[in-house]
Amino acid sequence: MTEETAPRGNLAPLSLHVPEPKFRPGDAVDYADFDRGEAGRMPRPAIDAAPSDMRDLSYGLVRVLDDDGRAVGPWDPRLSPQTLLRILRHMALTRAYDERMYRAQRQGKTSFYMKCTGEEATCIAAAHAMDRMDMVFPSYRQQGVLIARDWPLVDMMCQVYSNAGDRLKGRQMPIMYSSRAAAFFSISGNLATQYPQAVGYAMASAAKGDTKIASAWCGEGSTAEGDFHSALTFASVYRAPVILNVVNNQWAISSFSGFAGAEATTFAARAVGYGIAGLRVDGNDALAVYAATLWAADRARGNHGPTLIEHFTYRAEGHSTSDDPTKYRSAEEHGAWPLGDPIVRLKQHLIALGAWDEERHAAMDRALAEEVRAAGKEAEKLGILGDGMHQPFSTMFEDVFEEMPWHLKEQSQQMFEERKAAGI
Amino acid sequence: MSGAETGAETGTARPLNMIQALNEAMDICMARDPDIVVMGEDVGYFGGVFKATEGLQKKYGKTRVFDTPITECGIMGVAVGMAAYGLRPVPEIQFADYIYPALDQIVSEAARIRYRSAGEYIAPITVRSPFGGGIFGGQTHSQSPEGIFTHVAGLKTVVPSTPHDAKGLLIAAIEDNDPVIFFEPKRIYNGPFDGHYGRPVTPWAKHPGAMVPEGYYRIPLGKAATVRPGGDVTILCYGTMVHVVAAVVADVGIDAEIIDLRTLVPLDIGAIVASVTKTGRCVVVHEATRTSGFGAELSALVQERCFHALEAPVERVTGWDTPYPHSLEWAYFPGPVRIGEALKRVMKD
Repeated sequence: MTEETAPRGNLAPLSLHVPEPKFRPGDAVDYADFDRGEAGRMPRPAIDAAPSDMRDLSYGLVRVLDDDGRAVGPWDPRLSPQTLLRILRHMALTRAYDERMYRAQRQGKTSFYMKCTGEEATCIAAAHAMDRMDMVFPSYRQQGVLIARDWPLVDMMCQVYSNAGDRLKGRQMPIMYSSRAAAFFSISGNLATQYPQAVGYAMASAAKGDTKIASAWCGEGSTAEGDFHSALTFASVYRAPVILNVVNNQWAISSFSGFAGAEATTFAARAVGYGIAGLRVDGNDALAVYAATLWAADRARGNHGPTLIEHFTYRAEGHSTSDDPTKYRSAEEHGAWPLGDPIVRLKQHLIALGAWDEERHAAMDRALAEEVRAAGKEAEKLGILGDGMHQPFSTMFEDVFEEMPWHLKEQSQQMFEERKAAGI
Repeated sequence: MSGAETGAETGTARPLNMIQALNEAMDICMARDPDIVVMGEDVGYFGGVFKATEGLQKKYGKTRVFDTPITECGIMGVAVGMAAYGLRPVPEIQFADYIYPALDQIVSEAARIRYRSAGEYIAPITVRSPFGGGIFGGQTHSQSPEGIFTHVAGLKTVVPSTPHDAKGLLIAAIEDNDPVIFFEPKRIYNGPFDGHYGRPVTPWAKHPGAMVPEGYYRIPLGKAATVRPGGDVTILCYGTMVHVVAAVVADVGIDAEIIDLRTLVPLDIGAIVASVTKTGRCVVVHEATRTSGFGAELSALVQERCFHALEAPVERVTGWDTPYPHSLEWAYFPGPVRIGEALKRVMKD
């Protein structure tokens, strides 16, 4: 008798649970059962609090800005209007940059682009709360860190165009920036690899008695990668001075957060099992992101160990220029998102403070669009992808090793000879 | 200039086993450069399961020599981050068979970081790992995965065959500004091995390759060594197989030229071509599985460059394309019988 025909006895058949998002294309969206919690409600522990004494912060939501645009509660970072305006400006500039580069891809000027629309606060407010020389290990949607560090737009655009001004010599896909001068690590297309790297950098800084800390970002989808868990283990074991950010934007391409475990628990709660501090933050509230990052940075600098921060947010656009989100999620989700838009909310706050108004905001947007347009023109003077060769062929063989070994010299030579023989 | 500057061998030589030689290389490098850190499973207080890092933590402290969690992915990822800071990590992967969880960090990160950042970031990391069989380690403590790494752009791959070379090559690897996979043939950690597993183990002390100069010296990566000059056939090998091949050649009385490659990438192509052009015959010997193994690359290179000099097809003597079996280890291992048969075949015409 084979196993298949064997009687089951009185055991009930097993069933496999495959997660399914609440809303699919065409569905009406209702977030009524989403508990965002009250702004200002979550306690702010001391920076040296034991992780076991602050577990609630991994399950609740740290929020500072209330629905009237007021900053409330113990997490209010009490920033000056000048600092708030700088954060606002960087978020608006990032959005304008994204708009322009997205359009450039649609116009055929480059192969690929990724916007961070709706998630600007998760990296820009965070970058403002860190020191300029603290090392960041970004994923692919943290262009806002470069902008917050006043890195030139033209340089970023040249990378996106793989043109003659691209410092990376056209070797990386668009948006995979690298800037040692901005303490911004080279972006990898392989997910979560930057997580243990950030921990290693932080460990090195600590081992050397330096003062720099490190920070990494990944999406909620990539928390399923082994690298994420290796990183948390190392961070916990050596109490590395590192801030580990999870941008929970609800969607990993077409897979909703349930495929990374969101039906069972929060992403901040991953910290609980590793015995490190975990904070779950309203990622569309720039003040909450700033306050959480500053808390984590102070904790790291005080040798109190790492912090995992989940930024609860929403990916307002597609994953990249290569997918169409209307094919897998309800178009209503973004409009109904219960935590609003990070730029709108910070603008409201500044208006409520009397430091800003709609007219000045509109004027700022116009000026930023012009700034981006001017940078775009300058970058395009150095070429766009596919319009001529912007790097000498020989550069293909450079930087594989510090010194080029014979086999690469030979292959380079062969390439030139073959092209010559073919008359090209 | 002194030996410390040129890398020349100036110290008094005395016999060491390979573990002692590797330990001395790390010790010398750590004393010269405070940015070198040694990390891995059990490498700290205990000094490593093979004792290669013994005494280093006591001498250099816990922030330079430390035990790690059992996550090879984490070890390698952390090493890449430390390198970004400016350190020169020397991680140990306890057995080469355990290196696969680290593969993404080695292949997609360490090997490519110089290229993808156009030199902004580099990964001067030396991954030490005991490899190869002949110790009844079964399929998870015996593998020779060098071909996986020689296939990757941006990695160097080194395999020493004597204590003398192990020290000089490891110093050169640690000082190299690119990632190096340094595979240590663990069967010969404590003595050379002639392939006759029933015979008593010979200690290194009686072997000329055990004479290790004191102090600092480098053996440049990319330079092969002619272990035995000869005119009839060229045998290309590395690691443990160098000793097995030498014993076979002595037994069968063929005038073979034995070349110990020492570094697989970059390869000493000049030494290979010069030898095969002279002998007209070539046998490649490695312990790793055959299909897509490094022997395939060697065979192709010899065919491309020495075609008109060849008097017989290039022979490959390798592990079979099976997982490494525990009880049938010596039927798997490319030992004296198989090498002898290959030499007969290649000399037939």
